[in-house]
Amino acid sequence: MSNDTGSPGATQIDALYDEQGHWHINTGEKTIHAKRMPGRFRRLKWFTASVWLIFFLGPYLRWGERQAIILDIPQRKFQIFDITILPQDVWMLSLVLLFFAILLAVVTSVAGRVFCGYFCFQTVWTDIFTLIEERLEGSPAQRHKLDKAPWDGRKLLIKGVKHALWIAIGILTGITFTLWFGDAYEMWRSYFALDAAPIAWGTVATFAIFTYLFGGFMREQVCFWLCPYARIQGVMMDAETIVPAYDFNRGEPRARLKKGEAVTGTGDCIECNQCIAVCPTGIDIREGQQEGCITCGLCLDACDSVMSRINKPRGLIRYSSLDALQGVPHIPLLKRPRILIYLAILLLSVAGIYYGLTHLGTLELKVIHSRAPLFVQMSDGTIQNKYDLKILNKLDHDIEARISASGPPGLELVDGERLLTLKSGRLTSRIIYIKVASSNLDASRLPLTFTVQNVDNPEESASYDSAFFSQP
Amino acid sequence: MSDKQNPYSAPDTGHVWDDTLRELTNQPPRWWMLGFYASLALVVVYVIIYPAIPLVSSHTKGLLDWTSIKEYKEDLAVIEEKRAEFERPLQEMSAAAILADDNLADYVQRSAKVLFGDNCAACHGIEGQGNQGYPVLNDNDWLYGGTIQAIEQSITTGRNGMMPAHPLSEAELNRLADAIIAGNPASEPLFGFPPEGKGCAACHGTDGKGMHALGAANLTDPIWRFVAADQRESVKHTIQHGVNVPGNSQSRNAVMPQFGGGKLSDTEIRKLAVYVHKLGGGQ
Repeated sequence: MSNDTGSPGATQIDALYDEQGHWHINTGEKTIHAKRMPGRFRRLKWFTASVWLIFFLGPYLRWGERQAIILDIPQRKFQIFDITILPQDVWMLSLVLLFFAILLAVVTSVAGRVFCGYFCFQTVWTDIFTLIEERLEGSPAQRHKLDKAPWDGRKLLIKGVKHALWIAIGILTGITFTLWFGDAYEMWRSYFALDAAPIAWGTVATFAIFTYLFGGFMREQVCFWLCPYARIQGVMMDAETIVPAYDFNRGEPRARLKKGEAVTGTGDCIECNQCIAVCPTGIDIREGQQEGCITCGLCLDACDSVMSRINKPRGLIRYSSLDALQGVPHIPLLKRPRILIYLAILLLSVAGIYYGLTHLGTLELKVIHSRAPLFVQMSDGTIQNKYDLKILNKLDHDIEARISASGPPGLELVDGERLLTLKSGRLTSRIIYIKVASSNLDASRLPLTFTVQNVDNPEESASYDSAFFSQP
Repeated sequence: MSDKQNPYSAPDTGHVWDDTLRELTNQPPRWWMLGFYASLALVVVYVIIYPAIPLVSSHTKGLLDWTSIKEYKEDLAVIEEKRAEFERPLQEMSAAAILADDNLADYVQRSAKVLFGDNCAACHGIEGQGNQGYPVLNDNDWLYGGTIQAIEQSITTGRNGMMPAHPLSEAELNRLADAIIAGNPASEPLFGFPPEGKGCAACHGTDGKGMHALGAANLTDPIWRFVAADQRESVKHTIQHGVNVPGNSQSRNAVMPQFGGGKLSDTEIRKLAVYVHKLGGGQ
């Protein structure tokens, strides 16, 4: 079919294809070698990226006899300093996730993809990978040249060292990840002795491969095509969100600056293209906010340094909202309903986590009344009920505990108020019979409360409300 | 990527409908084709390492020699190993010793439920609540004794109830039945020894509390074995026709089969004894 059928539909489609041609997006066919420039945001990026030191150093922190933070999957318990979290308390994890999800939302709503630009492991690791690349291969121009150069000894050596370092970082990342799930020192020993668990090797290999692949090769392509957060965050921004923005009022029309020539009637942008040269995702910020922008602020540094050199005020590219650039009146942060709702959810989830952590408890008791039969008549006319008790010891040591019950007058625990050993972190179950003389029973269902109490420390106890059944 | 191709220039099959609708012959995306070839390769690998092709009387075994039953047995072995912590001591310990160990007794209470369900529940009920004619096991009234040894004995050798038939007059039956239902059989002269009595006390005891050695029931408690809609008629029937009286088709039937002698292993019997003892009335 040809385009000259003249139908309006065809022209519209053509327009769409034109638009797509204009918005050409690098789908990986071009390796981006971004230039590194010093500046405020560069320093800030290093500062924020260093939170990942917690990831690398955290496992070596000790707390008494053991690792301070250990996510012990086989033993089904998370130990965080003094706190032991058993699967029963994992509901708090959902609040932690909610907290971070909403934190991401509120930050994105106020200041765009701060996570992407300053904290995300993808961009931080890529930054480290490209730093190594620059130290070994030189400036972006030299890197492009080396990529095109024939394979000789020098290229082989440089590329070999680079890839070896990348893989080493990948392996270190993988090993560090696994250290959170076991004793760090013991795990390092097992890696050197080659006797680590298969799951540990598998995890290290997976992390090493994907760190190498994502940081070394895919880089901005991960942000473009793989990352769901980028898409989610994209829809959380609005015209009031502060993002790195090119001040088109001031910059346009662009004109190249020629030495010794005074130019008038043009904007401040001199088309030096430094903002594009430093962009790790290879976009042109002057096109406006777009999906490729991870809001790292590096183009601000680049533009500011150029502006100071040509004696123009800094901030041609600056953190600003679309509304501000277009002169739309600014709504205060705390008057934006979106922000208020996000803050409310944040507060709620923090309150929930606080409640959970302060009410972890020491013992947990659950009682199931046996239903078949509901009660048994004994030889002397007393009525007996059967209960299945499940007691969870959340303490980090074994204890001796006593089971007692209170309810209808004259109730009797068939084997007496017995002592039993509760193992740390384990569920202990007991079947308990309770007898009550039928003369003391005036209703077919009477309340009855079980209590389990640490013999050595009566503070540590748990109760459960059950019932005593009989024929009235 | 294929989405960069302008469909206007894509090759077609030559089929055109309504002047403009062409059937294009766009290639599937490369990643899709790679996945397709990779899955074909996987089929080959699968056929080589796993059982795959049925033959006349067997099938190809594959390099891994994997079978689902083998995997099942391996998984089972893992569970058996966990149970061994409890099962091993059970092999050697006496029922009384098991009972004295809280943890082992708890293990038996939970695990022997299956054994009880298979062998005992048909007559005694799934929770030991009994059935008409079959004793309740979760109360503390025992025909043959509620000690762990007596329970073990009952399961191992079985029990055969016996009570002779007493062809008494209607008036005598009524007097006896009333005294028994009132829970005070000893007050009735007929309950005692001859000449005025009928000799009930010989087995049921002069106080009417029964005798474990003979399996004679305690007649003073409110627990009834041969319950019928009409309690008085039921008691009278039992006195008149006895229990397990040969040749008397009206006689009460009370037989507990033996589970020893090869039917159940000693360990299984011990487990059942502990389980029954723990049902609520063990002594």
